[in-house]
Order: sequence, then structure tokens, then C-alpha cells
Amino acid sequence: MTEQTPAGDAGWFAGVERDDTDAAAAAIREGRADAPADWPERALDAGFAADADDYYDALHEATVAATRRAVREAESADDRQLVHAIRAMDDLASTTNELAERVAEWGGTLDDEPGTGVAYARDLAARDPETAAEERVVSLAARVVALADERDAEREFLERTVSTVAPNLASMAGPVLAARLIELAGGLESLAKMPSGTVQVLGAEDALFAHLRGNAPSPKHGVIYTHEYVRGTHPDERGSAARALAGKLTIGARIDHYAGDYRPEVEAELDERIETIRARRDDGGAK
Amino acid sequence: MSDDDPDLPAGVARRDFGDGPALATRGESVYGEPTGDGWRRWDPHRSKLGATIEKGLDTGLSADASVLYLGAANGTTVSHVADVAGPTYAVEFAPRSARDLLGVCDTRSNLFPLLKDARKPETYAHVVEADLDVLVQDVATRGQARVAVENARFLADDGRLVLAVKARSEDVTAAPEAVFDEALADLREAYDVLARTPLEPYHDDHLAVVATPR
Repeated sequence: MTEQTPAGDAGWFAGVERDDTDAAAAAIREGRADAPADWPERALDAGFAADADDYYDALHEATVAATRRAVREAESADDRQLVHAIRAMDDLASTTNELAERVAEWGGTLDDEPGTGVAYARDLAARDPETAAEERVVSLAARVVALADERDAEREFLERTVSTVAPNLASMAGPVLAARLIELAGGLESLAKMPSGTVQVLGAEDALFAHLRGNAPSPKHGVIYTHEYVRGTHPDERGSAARALAGKLTIGARIDHYAGDYRPEVEAELDERIETIRARRDDGGAK
Repeated sequence: MSDDDPDLPAGVARRDFGDGPALATRGESVYGEPTGDGWRRWDPHRSKLGATIEKGLDTGLSADASVLYLGAANGTTVSHVADVAGPTYAVEFAPRSARDLLGVCDTRSNLFPLLKDARKPETYAHVVEADLDVLVQDVATRGQARVAVENARFLADDGRLVLAVKARSEDVTAAPEAVFDEALADLREAYDVLARTPLEPYHDDHLAVVATPR
């Protein structure tokens, strides 16, 4: 009980109260030792635990708490990567489209069968240039193709990452909308702390402030408009659909941030709710 | 059928889940594996340790054995180990895998998850006890034998190392045999090799090694 182990040679339980899981978890994460020892026995000698079972119970609680915390920290850092990835994807998309237009315009002056877009650039990039001008167009087309491929790669990365970082949000919103909501909110944690009314109009800030200045109706939806459940619902019921969707997405973001496990029942509730909202319209139309 | 098989560790049995006898342990279901009468199937195709046992190597795994498992990943294999053994320390480096591992730990009070790098044993030597009976290693990193040597400090003198060497983690271009020879040479720095076997047909280009500290 009084024996003090020298620093650097102490077990995780040194200086920790039996019921202080926070301190124990911190010791598990930050401590170190050069060599292992018979920690269970030492813990009993030090009076940390009553018996071996008690020691292992404490160890279980402490290691689970430490790992849960470390996992959460590591994964919340990943949502910063998502924000960068979606911004890069947006930049690549607009640059690709702009240059693809330029390629189409230029290529049209040299080509008998001009086309449009990235598909045309891909087509041009594969050709053998004959003149100096063609050489430039083909080269430019090759850059467009490379940018388009990079955009697709960013998107793939995004899809992979978002379903790890926010599995519930991603499964309900789809990977791109999920990433966009995280980006607009400034991270998964901020999204999880938002009221669902704010989530509903994320991305509609201009309309929202026009409304607050008093010269416009309140916006019904922000970027969640891109979701099938809003866009595919009759305009009269879109506000309800947007509110229902935003509500479940907010719950999803909270589960993702605070718990991290995937819970399909939330998505099932959302499906059911949207069905009810759409049925309302069908009934109304029949009257 | 559930009678003790002398070739299997206590707590591991062959049970029939509808397609012939298969390895099984007793515990809460983890990954949708077939279950029956409280037993759940241990698929050697998904577990290198399961394949090692299926191949007939003596892993030293037994009831109440204390175990350090390096490379626990999502906890598929370590869940079976914890069903059978005593205190089981599960080290995993990837946060995403560790998240799934936590779910496995919920129903197993003898399983202790550690989000640590197996190449740095000093970062968990203050938690993992000394004189363990079994060290299971399944890490997909270069220098797998090195990791085993570094972690020999946790084993009792008569303890067992059960190692799965993945040829492609060391060098994708070299012949697996050459990689295995090199790994075995590195291993002999700290261990005497007791047995080894390729894990085909369950896992291609993997060598299972059982060794004891020298």
C-alpha cells in the first residue's frame, strides 16, 4: 500500500483511484514502461483492486474507455480531410468544365466532328496530332482528362472516408451531400450540435438573411434540396419533407459524432416518415 | 460431436452448422457467423489463427491462458480467442478497426482493447502483464519478424508465439519462400521455431509459425 514504484517502471494504475475511469483511461493512453511486470499482483499489493477479478474489471473499463476516446479523436480529425476533399472536388469540377469548354471550342475549328464536354476531350486526347495547333489541342485535352480523373479520385476518397467518419449521415444523405453538410457546418462536431432547423437551411444563407431582413419568405431547404426525398416530393409538401429529412440527418450526425455505430433503424424511420408525407399529397389530390 | 477433440485446445470444438464439422467456440455472435447451441463457427478462411489450428499446429491456446494479440483488427479472430482464453490483450493500430473491436469487447470482460502500435511495445508495457502464455501476431506490416522479436518480452519462458507471416507485406515482388526464410532467420534472434506450415488453402502466401522464446 505504501510501496512506491519508481517512475518509468509504474503500471497504468499508479496514482489512479479505482473508480476514476477518466484518469485510468488517460494513464492507459499516455503511460509507458520499458518492460512489462506482473501488473495484476502489483495492483493488489498497492491496494488498487480488491482481487484479481476486480483488477481485470477495472482494466476492461479503462482500456475500453481509453480506446473509445482515442478512436473518436482520430476519426473526428478525419472530418477535416473531408472538408478539404470536397472543396478540392468542387474546384476540380469547375476547372475541368471550363477547360473542357475551351477544348470543345478550339477542337471544333480543327475537327470535322466536334463534340462537347469531358467525353470529347477524352476522345481528342487519344488522337495523333498532325499540325502544331492540333498538338496543342490534344495536349490540352489530355490535361482536361487528367483533371477529370483526379476529380473522380477525390470523389472516391470522399465516399470511402465519409462512410467511416459518419456512417449514419452518409447512408441517409449519400456520401456527397453528407460531406457537403459537414463542410458547411465546419466539421462533424459542429453539425452534431446544430438544431435541425439550421441543418435544414444550410447552404441557403442568402435566402435566410433576405428573410431575416424581412423581404422574403423563409427558405424551406438548403443543400438538402439535392436529396431525392426533397426534390422528388411534390412542391406543396417539400417543406415538410425537408424538415423531416433535416431532423433525421441531425440525429444521424449526432450518433456519428457521439456514438459512432451504424443504426439502420433511424434510416428506416426516415423512409417511413417520407412515405407518410408523400401519401398525404396523394390523398389530398384524390379529394 | 461436441466431445473434446484431443487435437483441439480446450474450449474449441468441432460442431456441425449444416455443412459438416467446423471449428467453433462458445460466445456472443460477432460478425454474423453461424451459431447453434451457444457455439459459433470459427471460419479458418477468415482467421489465420483458425487456419493454424485447422492445420494441426499446437498453438498453446488453452482455457485461462493469458494472451497478447497483435493486429486484432475488427476483432473477428480475437473474439474467438477471448471465448477460449483468460485475460486477452488486443492491440490494434487503426482507429476504424478499433471501433469495431470495441463492439466485440462489450460482451467479453476478459478482452482489453489497446489502440497502440505493435512496433512500439514500450507504449503498452505499462498495461500488458508479463509472463503471458501466448503471443498471437497477425500484423500486415514490413518487418513482421522484428515485431515478434520486440514483443518477446511479454512471453513466459515456456510461452508460445503464434505468428502468421504474410509474404506480400514484406515484399510484393519476391518469392514467398525467400520472404519466409528471411523472416524465420530474423525470428531466431529471440525464438526457437517449434513448427511451421503454409496456410493454403485458407490463406495464400501466408506462413504460420509456432515458436517459443529462447
